[in-house]
Amino acid sequence: MKVSGQRTQSKVFKVGGDTPFYATLIFLGMIFIILLLGMLLALIFSTTPGKIWQALQSENIQYSIKLSLVSCTITAILSLWVAVPIGYLMSRFQFRGKNILDAFLDIPIVLPPLVVGLGLLVMFHFPLWWDQPVMISEATAEPWTLEALLREKLNFPVTFSVPSVILAQFMVACAFAIRTMRNTFDQISPRTEEVALTLGCNRSKAFYKIVLPESLRGMLTAATLAWSRALGEFGPILIFSSATRMRTEVLPTTIFLEFSVGDSEAAVAVSLILVGAAIFVLILTRHLGNSKQMV
Amino acid sequence: MIEVKDLCVRAGNFMVSGISFEVATGNYAVLMGRTGSGKTTILEAICGLKQVERGSIKLMGREVIHLRPGERGIGFVPQDLALFSTMTVYEHLAFSLGIRKWSRSNIETRVKELADWLSLTELLSRKPLGLSGGEKQRVALGRALAFNPSVLCLDEPLSALDDDTREEMYDVFKTVRERTGVTTLHITHNVKETEKLADHIFYIDKLLV
Repeated sequence: MKVSGQRTQSKVFKVGGDTPFYATLIFLGMIFIILLLGMLLALIFSTTPGKIWQALQSENIQYSIKLSLVSCTITAILSLWVAVPIGYLMSRFQFRGKNILDAFLDIPIVLPPLVVGLGLLVMFHFPLWWDQPVMISEATAEPWTLEALLREKLNFPVTFSVPSVILAQFMVACAFAIRTMRNTFDQISPRTEEVALTLGCNRSKAFYKIVLPESLRGMLTAATLAWSRALGEFGPILIFSSATRMRTEVLPTTIFLEFSVGDSEAAVAVSLILVGAAIFVLILTRHLGNSKQMV
Repeated sequence: MIEVKDLCVRAGNFMVSGISFEVATGNYAVLMGRTGSGKTTILEAICGLKQVERGSIKLMGREVIHLRPGERGIGFVPQDLALFSTMTVYEHLAFSLGIRKWSRSNIETRVKELADWLSLTELLSRKPLGLSGGEKQRVALGRALAFNPSVLCLDEPLSALDDDTREEMYDVFKTVRERTGVTTLHITHNVKETEKLADHIFYIDKLLV
């Protein structure tokens, strides 16, 4: 007997293959990887070791390498000094307006770099008594500004000199260091500090004896990231420090200056130095990230 | 002696209120209750890690409610043990003694004595990473006992251990009690643990919201 609507023979159910799915993922991924690889290979093969060596003999480029290394190292150290306390406070304490402050601290990350430079420049040259500017002297007709105060009273000019390079790098690099330190402290259980408190520590002893040693790898990662961010910084430096040879010239400035005068070989040579530094930083941060200890 | 009177502690949106109990000097008390009943909150309040709204906590006759955690003389073993990942077992046992500025030789003597009791002598140079559950437990206990506290607070100390290790730890707790005479408050919801160790049992059956 055949019952209407009922299947007498069950049909074998087939699940479609996964190949199209994987092929799409790989195809889309490969577009980016090929572009990246092509870009790096083009840089490498458009010059020779001899040309790089020749570029490195230039006094301007030597100064730029030296200033980059010194300013980035100072920036990384300063960033760590600021990122550790802010990261710790943001990780451990709840307070009103914390979400707003959290977003505020990310401003340098999302702000266009040129705006950071312009903001610093305007801040340093803003008349201190803006409703009725007070002049330094009647002859110059220059009002008192933060820049004038530092220059006249402390003999420490900032704008268009080396301190401005460091400050411009610091404003962006520090934001990355803060984020890294906050994540580091988030991963360290507050329980260890609480136990230290019961064992006789006050807050600062618990911080120095327990939290800081446990966050050492995070601190190294934050410093490395800050250093590499500072090394690639160009926009804020161009506005706040200008691009003056043998004065405020860092490696990205050199690329810009060499390229603008038509010496693309020197620009490529300096770019390869930055590529080398970036690869070194990548390897170092990956190594630090992978070898985290767990209890 | 531990005397808690009409204790009221706020923990987030919850409030543990009207808690009173006493544990005589040298006794071993177990505080039982369901998960979320506020047992850990009470223990943390006694240790000085939670702000108390009102009430009184006296340890060995001294009101401690306004004292900082390190001034209360309590050895605390939290549920997750919270070992210091960068320190060796020796440094764990010596930690509270270094803070109290004991001499190097006195610290060494005390650490050796503790390591001997707790079978940690072979592990003194090791870090927590790679220690077994029972070994970590003994390190946390040794760290809490090193400075001769008058009170020991244990927050579900055996919850993460297998049955064999748990049996071993019962003996360790009994040895500690015999040797130190420390007044102990132990939190658990395990009935067997309670039967093996407790002189007194307290139950918390409701949490005020």
